Amino acid sequence: MNKKVVVIGGGIAGMESSAHLAALGYEVTLLEKTDKLGGHLLNWEKLFPTMRMGKEVVTFLNEGVEKGKVNVIYNAEILNTKEIMNGFSITLNNNIVLESDAILVTTGYDLFDASKKEEYGFGIYDNVITSAELEEKFMKGEKITTSDGKIPKRIGFVHCVGSRDEKVGNTYCSKVCCVTAVKQSIEIKEHLPETDVYCFYMDLRMYGMHFEALYRESQEKWGVNFVRGRLSEACENMDGSILVKVEDTLAGKPMKMSVDLLVLMVGFEPSLGTKKVGKILNLQFGVNRFFKTQDQHTLTNVSNVKGIFFAGSCTGPKTITNTITDARAAASTIANYLSGHDIHNRIMTSDIKATV
Amino acid sequence: MIFDPFVLPFTIGLLILFFIVFYKFGGWIRKFSSEDKSNLKKALFSKNLFVACKEIFYESLLHRKIFRVNPKLGYMHMSLAFGWFLLIVVGNIETRIHSGREINGPFYPIFFKFFEHNRSTIPFSNFFVFLMDLLLLFVMTGVVLAIFKRFYSKFFGMKSTTKLKIGDKFALYSLWFIFPLRYLAESLSSAVYNTGGFFTGTTGDILGSFLPAADIYYYFWWAYSLALGVFFVSLPFSRYMHIPTEVVLIFIRNAGVVASKQYNTLSEIEVNACPRCGICIDKCQLNTSLDNKKIQPAYFLRDVRFNQVKEEIATDCMLCGRCEEYCPVGIKLNNIRVAKRKDFAVDYIDNYKYLPPDEVAKADVIYFAGCMTHLTPSIKHSMTKILDTAKVSYWFMDEDGSVCCGRPLMMNGKDKMAAELIENNKRKILASGAKIFVTSCPICLKVFGEEYNLGIRVMHHSQYLLQLVKENKLKLNLTDNNIVYHDPCELGRGAGIYEEPRELIKRFNNLVSNEFEKENALCCGGSLGNTKMSHDQRNIIAKDVVLQLTSDNPDILATACPLCKKSFTYKSSVKVMDIAEIVANSISQTEPEKIISRKEALMNA
Repeated sequence: MNKKVVVIGGGIAGMESSAHLAALGYEVTLLEKTDKLGGHLLNWEKLFPTMRMGKEVVTFLNEGVEKGKVNVIYNAEILNTKEIMNGFSITLNNNIVLESDAILVTTGYDLFDASKKEEYGFGIYDNVITSAELEEKFMKGEKITTSDGKIPKRIGFVHCVGSRDEKVGNTYCSKVCCVTAVKQSIEIKEHLPETDVYCFYMDLRMYGMHFEALYRESQEKWGVNFVRGRLSEACENMDGSILVKVEDTLAGKPMKMSVDLLVLMVGFEPSLGTKKVGKILNLQFGVNRFFKTQDQHTLTNVSNVKGIFFAGSCTGPKTITNTITDARAAASTIANYLSGHDIHNRIMTSDIKATV
Repeated sequence: MIFDPFVLPFTIGLLILFFIVFYKFGGWIRKFSSEDKSNLKKALFSKNLFVACKEIFYESLLHRKIFRVNPKLGYMHMSLAFGWFLLIVVGNIETRIHSGREINGPFYPIFFKFFEHNRSTIPFSNFFVFLMDLLLLFVMTGVVLAIFKRFYSKFFGMKSTTKLKIGDKFALYSLWFIFPLRYLAESLSSAVYNTGGFFTGTTGDILGSFLPAADIYYYFWWAYSLALGVFFVSLPFSRYMHIPTEVVLIFIRNAGVVASKQYNTLSEIEVNACPRCGICIDKCQLNTSLDNKKIQPAYFLRDVRFNQVKEEIATDCMLCGRCEEYCPVGIKLNNIRVAKRKDFAVDYIDNYKYLPPDEVAKADVIYFAGCMTHLTPSIKHSMTKILDTAKVSYWFMDEDGSVCCGRPLMMNGKDKMAAELIENNKRKILASGAKIFVTSCPICLKVFGEEYNLGIRVMHHSQYLLQLVKENKLKLNLTDNNIVYHDPCELGRGAGIYEEPRELIKRFNNLVSNEFEKENALCCGGSLGNTKMSHDQRNIIAKDVVLQLTSDNPDILATACPLCKKSFTYKSSVKVMDIAEIVANSISQTEPEKIISRKEALMNA
C-alpha cells in the first residue's frame, strides 16, 4: 500500500508540493480552508519582475494537482491530531478522519493589518489604500481614481508597512514589497502616464533576478521618483488629499508632500492558520513568529516534530519563485523521510555535531 | 553606680549613633531655605506637630501603609518597630519604678534583667515580667519572619528582595542577632536567678537543664551588647538610617515643606528615608514583565544616596508612578529620578526658528490634539466630529502639526529647551481668548495644566466630553458593549482623573471593572519616560497588560491616551478604542438638524 501524506494549505506551496509528492507515488490529500485552491496568488493580476499573468501560474499549479490525482478537501478545518504508529491521525470538521505517514504544513502568511499603523491613516482617510487593494483594482480592471472619482495627479507608495518595524513587533523584511511597489508604480504609469509617482523607502532590496532591471526601468522609462525616508505620519487635507510627513534622508531635510492617493505596501505576517495549526501540532515558532525550521541552512523544511515538514511562507516571507522551489524541496525531503532516512537527526550525525 | 564592662559596646555605639544622626540632621536643616526654616520653626509650636506625631505613630511604628499593600510584610515591620519601641518604653517605666530615679544610665533598662534579680520592690512585677516577655516574643516573630524573607521572599508574595551593600550587611546581621541574643541572655539569667516569665523563664528552665547557665550567661550579655553596638554604629551607613530619617521627614512634610523639581535637601532626606522594603520592586513592570531588577527606586535611591547614579539606571524607568503610589514612605520617586536625569542632560538652546509663526484664531475653546494624537488620527477625527456636533466654537490649535508641549524634554532634564516651546504655545493660547483648553493627550494635560500657568481651564477630553453630555449638548445612543477601561498613567495617577472617563462610559455602555484599575493601573509600555527600553521590551509589557485587561473578554478595551491606544493596538485581539472614538461612534444619528462639519463649512467659505 502507498504511503500517505497530508498537506495542510492549498496555496502555491501546498499545490506544488502535492503535485510532486503524487508524482513520487504517494497518496496525497490536500486540505484547503476555502473553496478554491491558489491562496494569495488568486488576488494578484501581474507578477514581478516579468509582468506575466498570475493566473498562468495558477493554471500551472492546478495542472500538477489534477495530474497527480491529489485528493483535495475544500472548506477543511483541522480540529485535532493524534500520533499513531509511525504517523498521524487527523480529525477534520465534518468528522472526516485522515491517516497519514507524514504531514506537510503550508499554511502561509496573512497581509499585515494596515490599520494597526494608525499614523498612516488606513481605515480613517478614504484615499489611503493598501497594495493589495490597488492590485484588486488592477485585477478587476477598475479605473485608478481617488475616493471621489478623480484621476490622481500624484500617488505615493509607502514601503515597509508592517515590515522592519520594531514598533509593530515585526523586525523582518517581507522581501516582496519593494519590487511589488516598483511593479505597481510602473502599472500606474501605464494606466495614468500624467500621474506623478513617489516611492518612500528605507532601503530598496532588489535582490532577485531581474529585480534591479525593473527598478531601473521604473526610473528611466517611467519616471517613478524614489525618496529615501520613512514616513512619520499622514494626515488628510481639506480636499481629501493626503499630506505625508517624511524625512528625505538623502537631502537631510524633513519634507511635507501632498498626494491624492497613498498606497501602503503591507508586509507578511504569519497567517492565522499558521498560528492555529502550529498550536494543534505542537510546532515551534521562531523569533519572528513564523515556524522555526530545524536548521537555517540544511534542514529548511524540517519541523521539531518527527514526520511533520514545512514549505512556503509559513516559515518566513518568500517570493512565488522561492515558494515553488521550497515546495519541491519539501516533497523530496518527505520522500527521503518516508524511505527510511532519519532526516530529523541528519545534522546531528554530521561534523557539525562535533563542533556544537 | 550600677555598671559592668559589657555595657560599653552598647553605650559607645549609642553615643556614636546619636552623634552621627544629629550631625546629619543638623546639616540638612542648615541647608533649608530661610522660608522652609521658618515653616519648620512654626510647625514646632502648632497643631501640625500633633498631626506629625500621629502620622509617625501610624507609619514609622505601625507601618500602616505596608500593611495595606502586603499584610505579612506589614506585620514583620510592625513587630520589629512597634515591638522594639514598646520594649524600650515599658522597660523604662519598669526601671524607673524599680529604681525610683527619673534618670538612669541608658544601659540600665536595656540590661535590667542582668542587673536586677530581686523584683519584689516593683508593684505589679509579675505583670511587667509577663508584658516584657510578650513584647520580646512579638519582636522575635518579626525577626524570624525577616530572616525567612531574606531566604524565601515568595512567602511574602514578593518576587524579590533587595540586594545588600556592606553597611547594610553589618546592620542587618547584627539586627538579626540582637533579639535572639537578648532572648538567650535573659533566659540563661533566668535559669540562674529565676527572673523570667512565660517565655524567657520557660526557655531558661529548659536550657538550664543541660547547660551550665551560671557559667555562660555573662558572655551572652556581652554578645547582646556587642550586637547592639554594631547595629548602632552601622545604622547611619545602612538602609536603617531610614528609621530616624522617616520620623524627621514626616515632621518636615507636615510643616509644609514641599518637593520641588530640583534635587534639594528634602530630596536628600527622602533618599535617606527609603527603607528599601522592596515594595517598589514588586510593583515595577520592568521587573514583572522584563525581569529587570536593577533600576527600581530601592536601588536607584541607594545609588543617589551614595553618589553612584548611573545614567542607564536613571533613564531606564517609564515614570509610570506605580512605585510612588505604593511607596510606604510616600517618597516622590518620579521627582527624584527626573531631577537626577538633569545631571546627564545636555541642555542647550537649539535653533527654534522652525517653530511656525503665530497664527491665532479667536474661539471659546481650544482643542489641542498633541503630537501623539496626530499619530492616532482616528482620535482627532472623533474629537472634531464631536465638537462640530455639539456646535462648540473651537480652534483646533495644532491642526497642521503640533508644537510639542515640552514634556519629553523635561522628562529628560532639558528644562531650558522645554521653556522655549512652552513660551511659544502659551503666547498663542492666551491670544486666542479661549476660556477652556481641551487636549486629547494626558501628557499634554499635565504639562499645560501644571507648567504653563495659563489661568484658563485645562481639561482632558474625557472630562470635557462628560461636561458636554451633562449639558445635553451631545445625545448619545445606548450600546450593550462591555467595555474595560484602562487608566493611562498620566491621567490616573498623574492627574487623579479616574471617575470622569468611567462616568462617561457608564452613561451609555457597560463598564467592566478589572483588578488593575485606578491607582493599581498598569503602564501600557509606551511611556516616553523611558529612553532605554527597546520596542521589543515595550511590546512584551503591552502584551502582558492586554492579557490582564481583557481577561473577562470585553468587547472593547478603552483608554484615554493616544500612546496607550497605540501600545495596545499592536498586541490586542480585542478592539482598542479611545474614549473619544467611543463617544463619536455613539452620537445619535437622529439629530434633527443636519450637522455641517467644519470641513464643509470651510470648503464653502
